[in-house]
Amino acid sequence: MKDAFGLPQSLLVLGGTSEIALATARRLIARRTRTVWLAGRPSPALESAAAQLRTLGADVHTVAFDALDPGSHEAVLGKVFAEGDVDLVLLAFGVLGDQANDERDPSAAVRVAQTNYTGAVSAGLVAARGLQTQGHGSLVVLSSVAGERARRSNFIYGSSKAGLDAFAQGLGDALHGTGVHVMVVRPGFVRTRMTEGREEAPLATTPEAVATAVELGLRRRSGTVWVPGVLRLVMAAVRHTPRALLRRLPV
Amino acid sequence: MSAETTSETAPEITSVTGWGRTAPSAARLVRPRTYAEAVAAVRDCGPRGGIPRGLGRAYGDAAQNAGGSVIDVTGLDRIHVVDAGAGVVLCDAGVSLHRLMQVLLPLGWFVPVTPGTRYVTVGGAIGADIHGKNHHVSGSFARHVLSFELLTADGTIHTVDQGTDLFDATTGGMGLTGVVLTARIRLQPVRTSLMSVDTERARDLDDLMARLTATDHRHRYSVAWIDLLARGAATGRAVLTRGEHATPAALPARARRDPLAFRPSRLPAAPPFVPGGLLTRTTVGLFNELWYRRAPRARSGELQSISAFFHPLDGVPHWNRVYGRDGFVQYQFVVGYGQEDTLRRIVQRLADRRCPSFLAVLKRFGDADPGWLSFPRPGWTLALDIPAGLPGLGAFLDELDEEVAAAGGRVSLAKDSRLRPELLGAMYPRLDDFRALRAELDPRGVFVSDLARRLNFQESP
Repeated sequence: MKDAFGLPQSLLVLGGTSEIALATARRLIARRTRTVWLAGRPSPALESAAAQLRTLGADVHTVAFDALDPGSHEAVLGKVFAEGDVDLVLLAFGVLGDQANDERDPSAAVRVAQTNYTGAVSAGLVAARGLQTQGHGSLVVLSSVAGERARRSNFIYGSSKAGLDAFAQGLGDALHGTGVHVMVVRPGFVRTRMTEGREEAPLATTPEAVATAVELGLRRRSGTVWVPGVLRLVMAAVRHTPRALLRRLPV
Repeated sequence: MSAETTSETAPEITSVTGWGRTAPSAARLVRPRTYAEAVAAVRDCGPRGGIPRGLGRAYGDAAQNAGGSVIDVTGLDRIHVVDAGAGVVLCDAGVSLHRLMQVLLPLGWFVPVTPGTRYVTVGGAIGADIHGKNHHVSGSFARHVLSFELLTADGTIHTVDQGTDLFDATTGGMGLTGVVLTARIRLQPVRTSLMSVDTERARDLDDLMARLTATDHRHRYSVAWIDLLARGAATGRAVLTRGEHATPAALPARARRDPLAFRPSRLPAAPPFVPGGLLTRTTVGLFNELWYRRAPRARSGELQSISAFFHPLDGVPHWNRVYGRDGFVQYQFVVGYGQEDTLRRIVQRLADRRCPSFLAVLKRFGDADPGWLSFPRPGWTLALDIPAGLPGLGAFLDELDEEVAAAGGRVSLAKDSRLRPELLGAMYPRLDDFRALRAELDPRGVFVSDLARRLNFQESP
């Protein structure tokens, strides 16, 4: 169960090698979380992530989960929910893709869309049903500021996140009053493996900062969280920038 | 938002919270109006079980059951027999203490133990084994319960007498042994409905503890309000309030005509939406300063109504809303006599941290009560309300828990919404007995609550 501050005792991470998710898991383990399920494609990275969290004192299990195989989601996640209550589901899988390459290779672009959007729709709905049956729990969805306004430099990734973001908002409304809380997290540029070697955007942040924001959002039962918070204002301006102008901006 | 009691018979899925309005969860709310309906409610709980709920005054998640049933017992509200000669009442579990006072005071009887609100049910008073300002004299509520009827997980009804294991597991058992249906309670005789109140100020914590230690036994009711925002030499400054039931001779002529009248007044309710952040260090500090200054240095024999003396906050319905949407937590702990240093250290830490708490209450508990999970034990108990939105509050209270547990103390389960499950066993040494009895009485775990899940009550010894 969550405590009065929204801190979960059990956590299911979808995308178990995500650095943001692992930073969040570490933070939550330091507080209340004792049981962690890391779901992801079986890999040494997933196992070592689990081993690392175990050293912090949590009871960690890994689960074979593939975002690109929606047909399996019900069985895979159903098994986790059958083991006991899940207080928090962190939907953290996603790929950035390679914009230049993906524009040339539609099948690669589709893979980005299928992972980030289709896979999340499937896993999100399955997790939501599990939480609703429990009558409590949070679903935290890692969206991105990139989904707030399509930009020339990463519109394939951005459009998939836009879809995910709209889906998660709607799901949150659908679950209002069921005891289940859905929170959309919109980080800006996060320094991780995924963004390594890329030119940093202004207001770049870290997985730890996202984790801190997630904890705060859980306490406040927020619907939306921006990291850093000032992005809420920045993106409000960007959203209303005329396209002709935005096209010329170096973003 | 907290579930308001509804009279519809069709079960509905409702978001439920405790009085502190934190950690909502959804449950099927059923409101039996007969014992047969109560039996059916228990039998039809479903896979996620059920938990009885009264008027929802438990601060945390004790009367919530996510995904399962919450059995609202306020529909069982008959007062069956009042033996006005012997001072014993037999009533349903859903009867509130408010209602009992209305009925019993004109007959010259008072509820033996009342907490800071009259709006708790008899069932809730037994489940939480509540205490009041008279614990050092009268013990907790269960001490005055002669017997009760308990509806257990198999759908049968048992008569449970004082002195039995099932009695001691149920009193303080947070509703996890079954649904109390009726109770026989021994009452306190009174000759008037007014209180004769002595008030004095204590300049700091040591002064306060010395005054309480020296004179507590002379008063039936005794409590101290502490200003936790006072710092330095004034740390722990307090207002002591002691009271007795007034004698008829003490009443002014007008009141003597109807010495047992009970007319509590109520102000308009707090509005449904209150912005958060109202209770800051500044506003609470201001309130505390005024409250302290307003209290007389020493005054005795002031006549107060029962509601003013025992239940000042009941005058403002839904006062819990003033904490805004973040809600609040109540932190109440007890440490034994001889552990005064722990108490001093905790008060110091609270003062240093400047927790905006305008309700901080210190009192001395008397003899322990037999309930296995009953909160009171001989020692000092401090209770305070704190806005849940205060940054870092969770970690801070965890640290206080460690101090309390190390001193052999405990926190109150009726107030709790955030204890670490690992500490439960240390704080409640009879937890394993409780688990064993529950395993036998309710092997399928029909009775379960968010509190029970959060604190791992189901874990085998």
